[in-house]
Amino acid sequence: MATTTPPKPVANLDEATVRFCGDSGDGMQLAGTQFTNTSALLGNDVATFPDFPAEIRAPRGTKAGVSGFQIHFSSNEIFTPGDTVDALVAMNPAALTTNLADLRDGGILLVNQDAFEKKGLGQAGYETNPIEDGNLDKYMLHSVPMTKLTRLAVEDCGLSQKEADRCRNFFAMGLVFWLYDRSLEPTLRFIDTKFGKRPEVAQANTSALKAGYHYGETVEAISTQYHVAPAKLPPGTYRNIVGNQAIAWGLLAAAKLSDKQLFMGAYPITPATAILEELNKHKNFNVLTFQAEDEIAAMTSTIGAAFAGSMSVTASSGPGIALKGEGLGLAVITELPMVVINVQRGGPSTGLPTKTEQSDLAQALFGRNGECPMPVIAAQSPGDCFDIAIEAWRMAVEYMTPVFVLTDGYIANGSEPWKVPVVSELPKIVIDHPGPLADGETFSPYERDEKLSRPWAIPGTPGLEHRLGGLEKEDISGNVCYDPNNHEHMCNLRAEKVAKIADSIPLQQLDGPESGDLLVLSWGGTYGACATAVHTAQAEGKKVSHCQLRYLNPFPKNFAEILTKFDKVLIPELNLGQLASVIRSTFLIDTIDLNKMQGKPFSVAEIVSKINSIVA
Amino acid sequence: MSIETPLPVLKPADFASDQDVRWCPGCGDYSILAQMKKMLPTLGLPRENIVFISGIGCSSRFPYYMDTYGMHSIHGRAPAVATGLKTCRPDLQVWVITGDGDGLSIGGNHLMHCIRRNMDLNIVLFNNRIYGLTKGQYSPTSPLGKKTKSSPMGSIDNPLHPLSLAIGCEATFVARSIDTNIKHLSATLKRAADHQGTAFVEVYQNCNVFNDGAWEYAKDRKSKAETTLELEHGKPLIFGKDRDKGIRLNGLEPEVVELGKGITEDDLLFHDERSPEPSLAYLLSRMRYEDGFPEPIGVFRSVDAPRYDVQINEQVEQSIKEKGRGDLEALFNSGDTWKVT
Repeated sequence: MATTTPPKPVANLDEATVRFCGDSGDGMQLAGTQFTNTSALLGNDVATFPDFPAEIRAPRGTKAGVSGFQIHFSSNEIFTPGDTVDALVAMNPAALTTNLADLRDGGILLVNQDAFEKKGLGQAGYETNPIEDGNLDKYMLHSVPMTKLTRLAVEDCGLSQKEADRCRNFFAMGLVFWLYDRSLEPTLRFIDTKFGKRPEVAQANTSALKAGYHYGETVEAISTQYHVAPAKLPPGTYRNIVGNQAIAWGLLAAAKLSDKQLFMGAYPITPATAILEELNKHKNFNVLTFQAEDEIAAMTSTIGAAFAGSMSVTASSGPGIALKGEGLGLAVITELPMVVINVQRGGPSTGLPTKTEQSDLAQALFGRNGECPMPVIAAQSPGDCFDIAIEAWRMAVEYMTPVFVLTDGYIANGSEPWKVPVVSELPKIVIDHPGPLADGETFSPYERDEKLSRPWAIPGTPGLEHRLGGLEKEDISGNVCYDPNNHEHMCNLRAEKVAKIADSIPLQQLDGPESGDLLVLSWGGTYGACATAVHTAQAEGKKVSHCQLRYLNPFPKNFAEILTKFDKVLIPELNLGQLASVIRSTFLIDTIDLNKMQGKPFSVAEIVSKINSIVA
Repeated sequence: MSIETPLPVLKPADFASDQDVRWCPGCGDYSILAQMKKMLPTLGLPRENIVFISGIGCSSRFPYYMDTYGMHSIHGRAPAVATGLKTCRPDLQVWVITGDGDGLSIGGNHLMHCIRRNMDLNIVLFNNRIYGLTKGQYSPTSPLGKKTKSSPMGSIDNPLHPLSLAIGCEATFVARSIDTNIKHLSATLKRAADHQGTAFVEVYQNCNVFNDGAWEYAKDRKSKAETTLELEHGKPLIFGKDRDKGIRLNGLEPEVVELGKGITEDDLLFHDERSPEPSLAYLLSRMRYEDGFPEPIGVFRSVDAPRYDVQINEQVEQSIKEKGRGDLEALFNSGDTWKVT
């Protein structure tokens, strides 16, 4: 880029965390996404945390409407989006006041000076202007008239002032791109693709982006540029991937690997909707997406599609899963294979739709009437959502059962570099549907194989005509049966079948020594914070190991033994102790719980501090 | 020329499963089951390509008694189960068996949306105006004032009229028949089966244990010519033992008139089941015995419209045509990627 000013000094950093925050109409999610993709392309390891309000457009300038996007990028392998922020971009006073606490002392603070006027300050609850009253002195404050500079930059593009102001996020991006020595090229390409049909908007965004970059280059107040070198990741082709996208791609892959049509029945619900939307982009993978009239129909159409012989999936979040409960019972008793995804959010009831939580574990394990066992597995990171989808479908067809997959808003909306798998190396999923029967032969739909799995006979096959249903089934024949002993036998069989899945899942892995003072036991999206915290403790010489549970029902076969090898077990969960209560009742051991119910993920520091309080 | 072996000719008994039928003796369901078994062989479909899906209630035991594929699902959800099935397998003939409680109360939402999507499903709603399986509570079609165990002082729920609801959802095929009118019932089921799109059939069905005689006025040999009116496409609406009465439109209201005395058939309302506008069919669905009208039976409406099950699969084909068959390798490597060596 041509410049007349001499280059500024570049400081090398191992890693940095940046957060963009502003009004929900300010384009902060887009800014964060672009910064993430650029950093990933540069070869950094990245982890992201988009955080936005439930309201699409809360009143402008209010604290309720603040939307943020945090990116942690590093030249080392990282597992979390970062506890504290090194550079905060605040587009208005409300964003500043709600986010400032996370900025580290001495951190870089970039604010849009033009937004710090009377009304905006009032809405944020500031009595005096913080960028003038000295209250921000402990930060490296750069107060930039972003609105004015953006308007100037785009004045030749023929946009209205309102449209011109919407380019502000690109100005902010440009400035941060300069600050962290990132290329503008990926974002310029994005602008071309996204706004190609409106050349004047494309031109304006380009001008704003470059103006921000040049501002960083030229303005004397910003004295240093920072550089974060590429990370040393295992060799391969990488791309950035968001959790919900990864799970959708995993479903596409599972359908291909099993040579099945993919059916998804779903009802829009935050934060699961993106899975339905992503699958809709790929109908050419033989994907049928049914947007149902409600969650109940989403579930029961999924059962119908499973009966039809398709790979059948539904995805929702807590309140939707509650409505699916009755249908799940039917799925369990009909022993049809399907995948049920719960992208968990804050509850109870409508709760915190856009915030993360792990409080649906008990619902997944026990939330149905009757003895109604379902396998439950949980993804640990955005990229892992891909693998978990394939694993869920494998379990479903091998054991003829609906399978629960738990993710959460944090990993569903978060992103990380994903090593693109080699398709030919993905394991095939073999499905054997029974073939036609000759006249005179009888078909027994509830006869089981060595895995206790019943045959998946699909309509259209001559001689296999049979009736499924929610009434108790007679063993083997599948006829309606009220016999007391048969009912007990069938309840035991269904439980035993799910328990037997332990035969086909990997043994539980441990990160750290096989025994010690403390085992940190985590599941789902808390993986990153726990892994990082345990590494910190291990580096300090503490006898701490980490166990990330992927299989929550059934548990891996060696899991019970692992628990006995540690003096204490710490279970950090974003709920009030749901896994802990299962561990306590199943294994009759004591646990130490670390619970958080703030709609936010754990910070590494919170886990480290708990570990330190247990192990000196 | 096909060299396939011709389909074996099936008999009604071929459609009977090995399960004992457990409806109460005298239940109207027996007749519907018998007519279904009698009608199905006339369609020339192999048994394995037919699926019956039901919800919960007496009528919903139906699939157990048919030697086809079937599912006795959960209360009210049969249309949704059938939707998933039919979407994936347009090649199957799918029947939904439901009742007034199952279809109109707990499953009202699914029924409504199923009908508007116009999937090629045949929905048969057994209307006995009572909850039978739970032993006699009023249902969404029970008349006002109906005294039952859950309405000892008389029902104060304004009843729902299944055909009015179906026509309100712009059902492409709407018909009504009566359990004991076996020829009419069989012919109506056949018409439903032949229709391309959602066919909705209400059957007046007697629950002789908890609501005996609910439809007596429409079933009784002596009165039925006066209380019902058999619809025929293109024909005037005439009824009565002596076929001396008809329905005439007075503005937007139907009225009963006597033929003769200056009124001829040409003055009467002519039935047009193919009318794209559902208003006339709706008007027919509002003719009620209690208001002094004969209740129409037969096909109220039969029109063609795009089918969801066809269109959703066409979108897949179109997408393949535009983008090529899905390729995982290409998908994974699409957009920005980078190499680590």
